[in-house]
Amino acid sequence: MRVLYSFVAVLALVLVSFLGGKVTGLQYLLGVVLPYLAFGVFIVGFCNRVIEWSKSPVPFQIPTTCGQGKSLPWIKYNRLESPNNTLEVVGRMILEVCAFRSLFRNTRAEMHDGPKIVYGSSKSLWLFSILFHYSFLIIVLRHLRLFTEPIPFFVPLLEMADGMMQIGAPRLYATDVIFLAAIAFLFSRRIILRHIRYISLPADYFPLFLLFAIGVTGLLMRYYYRVDITAVKQLTAGLASFSPALPAGIHPIFFIHVTLVCALLVYFPFSKLMHMGGIFLSTTRNMANNSRSKRHINPWNDPAIKPHSYAAYEDEFREFMKDADIPVEKE
Amino acid sequence: MAIPKAEELGVSVVREPSLMTGAIPQKEWMDVPAKFMEGDSCYPGKVSIVEYHKFPYPREWNPVDDDWKLPDDWEDIILNGLKERLDKFRTLKVFMDICVRCGACADKCHFFLGTGDPKNMPVLRAELLRSVYRNEFTTAGKLLGKMAGARPLTIEVVKEWFMYAYQCTECRRCSAFCPYGIDTAEVTIILRELLHLVGINTNWILEPCANSNRTGNHMGLQPHTYKDNVSYLCDDIEDITGIHIEPTWNRKGAEILFITPSADVFAEPGIYTAMGYLLLFEHIGLDYTWSTYSSEGGNFGLFTNNEMMKKLNGKMYAEAKRLGVKWILGGECGHMWRVLHQYMDTMNGPADFLEVPQSPITGTVFDNTSSTKMVHISEFTADLIKNNKLKLDPMRNAHRICTFHDSCNPARAMGLLEEPRYIMDHVVPKWYEMPENTIREKTYCCGSGTGLNTGEIMELRMRSGLPRANALKHVEEKFNVNMMSCVCAIDRATLTSMVEYWNPNVEICGISELVGNALVMDGEKEERESGLRFEPLEGMEG
Repeated sequence: MRVLYSFVAVLALVLVSFLGGKVTGLQYLLGVVLPYLAFGVFIVGFCNRVIEWSKSPVPFQIPTTCGQGKSLPWIKYNRLESPNNTLEVVGRMILEVCAFRSLFRNTRAEMHDGPKIVYGSSKSLWLFSILFHYSFLIIVLRHLRLFTEPIPFFVPLLEMADGMMQIGAPRLYATDVIFLAAIAFLFSRRIILRHIRYISLPADYFPLFLLFAIGVTGLLMRYYYRVDITAVKQLTAGLASFSPALPAGIHPIFFIHVTLVCALLVYFPFSKLMHMGGIFLSTTRNMANNSRSKRHINPWNDPAIKPHSYAAYEDEFREFMKDADIPVEKE
Repeated sequence: MAIPKAEELGVSVVREPSLMTGAIPQKEWMDVPAKFMEGDSCYPGKVSIVEYHKFPYPREWNPVDDDWKLPDDWEDIILNGLKERLDKFRTLKVFMDICVRCGACADKCHFFLGTGDPKNMPVLRAELLRSVYRNEFTTAGKLLGKMAGARPLTIEVVKEWFMYAYQCTECRRCSAFCPYGIDTAEVTIILRELLHLVGINTNWILEPCANSNRTGNHMGLQPHTYKDNVSYLCDDIEDITGIHIEPTWNRKGAEILFITPSADVFAEPGIYTAMGYLLLFEHIGLDYTWSTYSSEGGNFGLFTNNEMMKKLNGKMYAEAKRLGVKWILGGECGHMWRVLHQYMDTMNGPADFLEVPQSPITGTVFDNTSSTKMVHISEFTADLIKNNKLKLDPMRNAHRICTFHDSCNPARAMGLLEEPRYIMDHVVPKWYEMPENTIREKTYCCGSGTGLNTGEIMELRMRSGLPRANALKHVEEKFNVNMMSCVCAIDRATLTSMVEYWNPNVEICGISELVGNALVMDGEKEERESGLRFEPLEGMEG
């Protein structure tokens, strides 16, 4: 059911935009108005979410240490897994954000007769997550060609590297294939692995379907319908320069693609996709393990909370203490 | 509570259909209410204890009953409490929003491995709260309801929270594996705080808190009894080594205040660890004092709420100030060190009346503690060994084939990994590591931390202790390991129950016991015949 809901939602988006893409009046809506709107929602929504998070203070310094902490000078400490200063924290965060360090640790536990728990290496989630995120990134960067004039120097380089396989014409980009394959993997593990299926929500399937549909419509545009790229660039460049114009003759598939991308942008700030921003604010990763050498301040620390006083303690136990030769303040 | 024999439980954890063993639950988790039977939860706080803390809604109630006798406006209380905490803890806000349910944490939890209960997967444990958060605080949840993974707060949800917030030992193993570092401990800490607001609590946590507040320690030992207990240990030391030790109490002007969990002076095998401390300090002639007022290292406030944690922890600095010591030395304990390392300075600092700790024996300055001014006994001991200040004969531990259990908090909240290992290298002839996935930052909890070390949930504890017991079994079979050392007082108590059940040939000890055993004391008996447990040393069995 949860899978179905998400599938239907994406299908509905496709249908609506397909129909809209055929009507010239609605084309303007889908190709010009919607992208501005969606981009606006994305930027405002994303910033708003991050600001909302930042408004809450970080009362305690609670890094999760995953290696030796700094203590005695002759004990080598792990600068990346148990960072002691800001620079090392930056190193840890780079590893986490760019290489998915923690996910790389992943193992799989199995229960066997005995009882015996057996641990296996389990790097596939890490691998496909890396493949997905990096191919997505490269695809987004490649799209800069449509929005910039002159085109940034790295875009042709990326295109060249990405299209090295030289299969067919136009050249097939490796990232397009990897992107779809990785989504297919991430989707199938949600279906096949029983734990993951049990915890998956519509909010987990929906973005996968949406991203897959975006990828497929993109491929169709490029290789099957051979959408008029000059017209598309005219539209996108117009959008980017805030002088939008809608050239005639763009295939409806383009409008499906654009609508889905807009749906993703709008959906993003209100969903789990915000892990993109959230990881930078994760206090178990972005804090140094130096809490005994540098005092962390809690803005709402309550000075009125005091321990049960020694005076009250001695008042209650003074006689016992004296009998036991334990020194007291008041005889 | 009668619990199944290890042989039976060992079969059922593998064969009973569960999400862990391969079965697929028939119902969606939101449609499975938590049902309480005897043994599923700790006993509620006694009325007198709840009243002592001035906590709300003291009453007789039983989780097994349908009616938990909650206040009429329990719903508002909890939701307002949640709102307040979202504004106070960034962790909570972020962790509510960013989980992608990738499932990397699922099989990392010792409770999930041992019970197979889906709600013991860290991701689902957090969803128990997230679902309510979405319903009340997010646009998507308000508009789409269940479709967005949201559900209203009901009495069933509250009961579910109680069950699963107390089937988490806040060991943070899952947070090491989470790609965003989501820390389930942060979630269950908040859940427990919310439950306290409506009078849902457990006695095994609140009573030690009350004791600690009043008498200075969890065990409720009054000053004279505390001192007596340590004297008995000194008597034993004298019998075993011939050395007479007279520690000082509440002594003003001592250089160092020593604080350890009270369990170390109260029960086996912790007392042997305490004997190790006493011998060590005598050996180096340390100018230190014990305190009866601040006679507890542990802090069950961490398992209650942040206010209680601060209140109980405050005694340490208060006593250090009153006695005019230079710095504080802390004994072996896990959650105690989470509080000392990550919370104490923030809550009760700055400790500007103390000096940056310097070992009076080696001259080493402990720069890593320059603000908190509290040193871990393993750091202190490792430094002594490194500087050749201890006369050690590791062969006195030759009757022990050891392994080392990293306690959750020293491992994942401090990064205290090498110091105990360095000490082990010097006090036992040989020791063996458990498998790689079960030590260091990947270490397993004993299964009974955060105030779950109580008898009424013994089966649950044996299930959650299974992953640790299993790793121990591995080295037991491979290397004949017969002693597992650790640096945690709760471990010393709970692992003892765990090995009695799963690994009956293994014993548990603190590292300082092994140190004490190995120390060659000035003026000791010509020939040491027994270890600190009066057990014969190797070659002395006859």
